[in-house]
Amino acid sequence: MRQVWIVAGSVFKESVRDRVPYSLVVFAVLLMAASYLISQLTAGQDLKIIKDLGLAAIATIGLLIAIFIGIGLVSKEVERKSIYSLLAKPISRASFIIGKFFGLVLTLAVNVAAMTVAYYAVLAYMNWMAEPGMRESWPAPATDVRLVVPIVLILAQLTVVTAIALFFSTFSSPLLSALLTLAIWTAGHFNADLRNFQAVVDSPPAVYTARALYYLLPNFASFDVKAQVVYGGGVPAAHVALILAYAVVYVAALLVAAVAIFRRRDFK
Amino acid sequence: MHAIRTEGLTKHYTVGFWRPRPYVALDGLSLEVAPAEIFGFLGPNGAGKTTTLKLLMQLVYPTSGAAWILGKPVGDLDVKRRIGYLPENPYFYDYLTADELLTYFANLFGYRGEERRRRVAEVLDEVGIGAERRMQLRQFSKGMVQRVGIAQAILNQPEVVFLDEPMSGLDPLGRREMRQLMMRLRDSGCTVFFSSHILGDAESLCSRVAILAGGRLVTTGRLADMLGFELRGWELIVADVPREKLAALGARVARLVPLAHGRFALELPADPPEPLIAELTRHGGRVLSLNPIRDTLEDLFVRQIAAAKPRDTANV
Repeated sequence: MRQVWIVAGSVFKESVRDRVPYSLVVFAVLLMAASYLISQLTAGQDLKIIKDLGLAAIATIGLLIAIFIGIGLVSKEVERKSIYSLLAKPISRASFIIGKFFGLVLTLAVNVAAMTVAYYAVLAYMNWMAEPGMRESWPAPATDVRLVVPIVLILAQLTVVTAIALFFSTFSSPLLSALLTLAIWTAGHFNADLRNFQAVVDSPPAVYTARALYYLLPNFASFDVKAQVVYGGGVPAAHVALILAYAVVYVAALLVAAVAIFRRRDFK
Repeated sequence: MHAIRTEGLTKHYTVGFWRPRPYVALDGLSLEVAPAEIFGFLGPNGAGKTTTLKLLMQLVYPTSGAAWILGKPVGDLDVKRRIGYLPENPYFYDYLTADELLTYFANLFGYRGEERRRRVAEVLDEVGIGAERRMQLRQFSKGMVQRVGIAQAILNQPEVVFLDEPMSGLDPLGRREMRQLMMRLRDSGCTVFFSSHILGDAESLCSRVAILAGGRLVTTGRLADMLGFELRGWELIVADVPREKLAALGARVARLVPLAHGRFALELPADPPEPLIAELTRHGGRVLSLNPIRDTLEDLFVRQIAAAKPRDTANV
């Protein structure tokens, strides 16, 4: 287990040296600029828009980090042959893969946490600037603590995306891995449609295939609770627990598959 | 117990995308390497040297056959703790400094705290990396990266060290230091298995060698037995010998090469040279040097490679 954390630490260090935290600056500037512009253009709706925009920005920046670092986690090591000296050390191939995964999850967690702090800072500023009458018209306080729930689920979704990117990275090129991960991410947001495919198609084989894909693809739509929270609603704890458990099982299955493929791979 | 043993080690690759064809990278390699010896693994480019090392490191899996290091199957984590490996043209994480890279690897070997710091510093000193150890590896020259590669290969004080083309990228001074390091490792009881196509290095270092060509083992054994040290002739350097006398020597001299300042190099057959020397001296000649010409590893290598069967790519 120690070997896993040593590899994870090196992934985190690499992301810091590769200037991944610069994405946080992009996030902060984007959010501040947007909040200024929106407050000039809208009346009363600006807080909801900022809340929504902030959560979308956390998800998008996180997705870019998960995909673009995730696809290179293994393939870059193989391509540059740095894996040769590493795998000659007392570390199993499984520990290497799992360490890479946790390293990127750690990077994402730190980045998401930092973006959350910036997000709440902007919301606190808006709260301070708002007139008392306007505050009362908001469906939820500006610095609503419940906003943490969609952020936790965004992180869970990014963890699944990381596992998908890592899985593809164990056997395909970075470009193909990026395309496949993006395709699955997109399909995963619309896979509820696959469940009700029989409503639009008559062919039983097509319906069975759609149903199989529904179970196979990640159900990312269930991770998205932004709208509910932004509009002041709560998210049942059971739903959050179920989605987190689903993410854990999905990630575990992907890691098992990634390790199985990587274990038998030849490094020519 | 052998330090390294392989039995019928074979590796086939498939090459070509549209029309896949078999390629025999290594064909039934059986080899035994004793503890505490420097073993040279020689062969021209594409002979299968790197494939063998990758099989021993379990970076690729054999199509058939097996290999053992220190009596245990390759890939065993306990074995990995006791060996070192320098890949050919190594590449390391260029965002790390040499110090950080070795600390990372030292962590994997289980070194902790002060012991880790001391061992990393020691090994970097040993390969001649000074203040540069705090520079990122992307700023290192090829030779410096090679030195870092050597440092990581001996970091854990291995019992067996595998070096794939260790002299590659090193300047003459670096090569000399590398030779000295290999001898120090051997003296401390470490088995050194190194692949090379630089025969001079192998000749000066190895007690035993194996020659590989086209994926097959051509010959293996003690260098002293293989070369036999048979006398092939003599090289005689003389001065002040009249030209007409030299011209009259005829078939008694295999080759005559004029040198600067009236000197000549004479290549003589293996017969005793004393009568010829006496004759040249009588005519006023001066003998400057006389050296025996013996078989070199290069002669043996060229003969063996020329006699080797070409690589089989059919009926795999």
